Amino acid sequence: MGNIYDQFLHLRDQQIQEITEQNKGAHCVIHIGSATCENAAGAERVRKEFEKLIRASGRDDILIKQTGCTGRCAREPIVGVFVSGQIPFKYEKVDVEKVQQIFHDHVLGGELVPSLILDKKTSMIYSHVVVFCGNNFVASDTNWPEVFEEILAECEIPSNSIKVYEADHMGFSPEVSDCKTARMMIMPGNITYAFTYRDELKKIVQSHILGGQTLSDMQIELDPMTKSYLSVYGDVSFFNKQTRLTLRHSGIIDPEDLADYLLHQGYESLAKALDGPSAQDVIDQVLASGLRGRGGGGYPTGQKWKNAITGNDDPIRYVICNADEGDPGAFMDRSALEGDPFSVIEGMTIGSYAIGATKGFIYIRAEYPLAIERCRIAIEKAKEAGLLGENILGSGHSFDIEIRLGAGAFVCGEETALLKSIEGERGQPILRPPYPTASGLWGHPTVINNVETWANIPVILLYGPEFFSCIGTEASKGTKVFALAGKVRNTGLVEVPMGTTLRDIVYDIGGGIPGGHALKAVQTGGPSGGFIHEKDLDLPVDYESLSAIGSIMGSGGMIVLDETDCMVSTAQFFLEFTQSESCGKCVPCREGTLRMLEILKRITSGNGVPEDLDKLERLGNLIKKTSLCGLGQSAPNPILSVLKNFREEFLVHIEEKRCPSHRCTQLIRYRIDPDKCTGCTLCARRCPVTCISGSPRNPHLIDQDKCVRCGECFNVCKFDAVTKI
Amino acid sequence: MGKNENSTCSHCDMQEVAPLPSEIIEFIEDCLKGERPESQLIAVLHKVQLHYGYLPRPILDDVAQRLQVPTSVVSGVASFYHFFRLTPKGKYTISVCMGTACFVKGADKILEAIESQLGIEIGETTGDGFFTLEQSRCLGVCALAPVMTINGKVYSRVTPTQIPEILNKLREESIAE
Ligand SMILES: Cc1cc2nc3c(=O)[nH]c(=O)nc-3n(C[C@H](O)[C@H](O)[C@H](O)COP(=O)(O)O)c2cc1C
Ligand code: FES
Repeated sequence: MGNIYDQFLHLRDQQIQEITEQNKGAHCVIHIGSATCENAAGAERVRKEFEKLIRASGRDDILIKQTGCTGRCAREPIVGVFVSGQIPFKYEKVDVEKVQQIFHDHVLGGELVPSLILDKKTSMIYSHVVVFCGNNFVASDTNWPEVFEEILAECEIPSNSIKVYEADHMGFSPEVSDCKTARMMIMPGNITYAFTYRDELKKIVQSHILGGQTLSDMQIELDPMTKSYLSVYGDVSFFNKQTRLTLRHSGIIDPEDLADYLLHQGYESLAKALDGPSAQDVIDQVLASGLRGRGGGGYPTGQKWKNAITGNDDPIRYVICNADEGDPGAFMDRSALEGDPFSVIEGMTIGSYAIGATKGFIYIRAEYPLAIERCRIAIEKAKEAGLLGENILGSGHSFDIEIRLGAGAFVCGEETALLKSIEGERGQPILRPPYPTASGLWGHPTVINNVETWANIPVILLYGPEFFSCIGTEASKGTKVFALAGKVRNTGLVEVPMGTTLRDIVYDIGGGIPGGHALKAVQTGGPSGGFIHEKDLDLPVDYESLSAIGSIMGSGGMIVLDETDCMVSTAQFFLEFTQSESCGKCVPCREGTLRMLEILKRITSGNGVPEDLDKLERLGNLIKKTSLCGLGQSAPNPILSVLKNFREEFLVHIEEKRCPSHRCTQLIRYRIDPDKCTGCTLCARRCPVTCISGSPRNPHLIDQDKCVRCGECFNVCKFDAVTKI
Repeated sequence: MGKNENSTCSHCDMQEVAPLPSEIIEFIEDCLKGERPESQLIAVLHKVQLHYGYLPRPILDDVAQRLQVPTSVVSGVASFYHFFRLTPKGKYTISVCMGTACFVKGADKILEAIESQLGIEIGETTGDGFFTLEQSRCLGVCALAPVMTINGKVYSRVTPTQIPEILNKLREESIAE
């Protein structure tokens, strides 16, 4: 490595000095999530309480560290307690009262608070936690966790004193490149070993677990990304079933602290790139990695960069980060920016060097104040340190980033509309080609990539394109983050290798459907995507297979629907969204979506006719073919996919004027069961249109012609006598 | 300007709009010194809205003049983006999350309940100036769905039957003040 890299190492040493000193002397570090979702759940109060208790205790070796969102939204606020030399523990749904208990019992007293532990999986203290990892890089058929249990029995170690986990997809080791070697991490201490044979594993058990002696000849270093992740989250199934590349730092580092980022290999990639053979070499690596855009379209990122430098010698070029995140049910980009803004900024800086841009923009929704603030802080700190701005690391490359705010228009996520918006105009798209790489911002070549795409760039340069491309499927490389929500137990952010099946995501990581209900459909791609039928759940998630079944990968929204959800009204929900977000520039989208919506409203209010389905189909396909931009071209997708995969539900709405899941208000009929009705008269008194008749202590009756279906009688009846039909 | 003074908008008539604060004027002047000042229009409007709570018409004209952008462009931009409001807000802004997860868990019923209780629709303010009703898209707390915020305070797992109580309580509190 040359001068630039040396300069980087020098800078890093300076920056991390203070934080290293601090960590060294710490008895305990308390991690507290700090993100929009965490704060909504009360994380700020929790933090204040910890601060108060630490002050009162007079201890200066107890530190608080703010981290981004781990993606475990259903259990927030989450607090991690890391006592040095001990197994780390995470507590869930912490409030001010629980803080007291955690602080006194665990932080000061060293005693766990079992009832509050994340996922309630731990009911006792284990002596060790063992995480087997890296199976994905190992071509072995042996089930090591099983063998491990056998060995424990042989050594007469009670198996309930050791907790075993598997993290298949994590655990890449730059040191062991052959594919026979298995890897494991043992806590406390986060010691990692490599082994190939049963004997070796036994030796590890005897020496390390029984004897308390580290076996230095079998010790290896795992890649730092895996190591820092597993050492914090390796003992939580929700996390170790995922593969965190994009979100590698979310929930691990302090998003406002450059030094912490540098401690976790931050800016190594940029230094490598600037010190490398050429800008072309950077583009070649991104091309070779197979990375495709994560904003929805899936265009190969390396190719996009190449397009921006071929066929023009324009001295002015731009890079843009698209953080408009328009899908109304998704929050991957927000969370990534709140949890790890430096990765995105480093990625953009690498991109700017690759294509020769000196100026970049982050276009971010005004609705994300915390993400905006974190980006602003990160840009400022990177500039102060000389990692952004003039002559970065003495390489001669200069690059600056400006934040531009959106103002609540879904269409501005579309790249040409986004450009208009940055230029200060109404965000109306224009016809492509020319693509922005040929003529973008103010007519100059411009590369626009999604937040997640940018966040992946440092990983590719750090571990090499081969590492990246060995994760995923033939045509879709790497991982994808999904915002999992709806009728699923573990709502939150999940990052999985491309090619993971929907079933694995929903059941394995998502924990299945709550309330004993059955899954009906999974919606991906938000308003531009479609509904996937339960029978297709075993399909691998990648760009091609999702479009083959009428949905799209999209930017990462994933909504689980159960049998109580109505497909017709959910499709209508999406169409209402796109219709109101249509910019009005082209007729097919502006008028077409409005007409489709009228037909849908007719159907959900009981006035549909059988011909409506053909009309919807024809109109939908027409809008797709003739709209100006991606908004119109994809707006009919939710409807078309319901027509294709759930046609019978449409038919029931039209022919029987019935909504089987009782969602469409106007199709619900309320009925009073004469056997259950006690004649208490409550419903009759509450009915706003006085359509319920009956004398006290006698069964009541609803006049269906007068009923406005407000559901008040259903809500107030204490005897479950009112039913929906 | 004359048109605005005669405008029938009761809010604009009633309250004299204070002039642009000096921070915003300085911001515009800084923009003018830099490259492509016209591209900062949206940023300026964000600041104006933050200051006034909405975009008052006379101020839009002032911004147009200072930033040297045609008034037609300024009002075109102000009306295009949903985030910008052209009328003042009520004392309490109720924002119902209509993100997908909240919809799936019944946010539409919450919205209906509020609309019928207050007699206003999305984007409107009650006659007494108490409540403004808005919708938002995914607050990122889908796990707590359906959610709404009132002046930023998050109400989680809301049911339609809670609505009258929540709103009445705010009214009473406000009258008591
Ligand atoms: C209506 C519409 C909305 C879009 N919204 C977003 C968005 O919110 N975020 C995003 O990154 N891309 C969005 N896109 C895709 C962008 O146009 C563009 O393809 C993308 O930012 C390119 O980055 P990538 O190659 O890294 O995916 C949208 C496209 C359309 C048609
Ligand atoms: S959809 Fe309402 S918070 Fe996510």
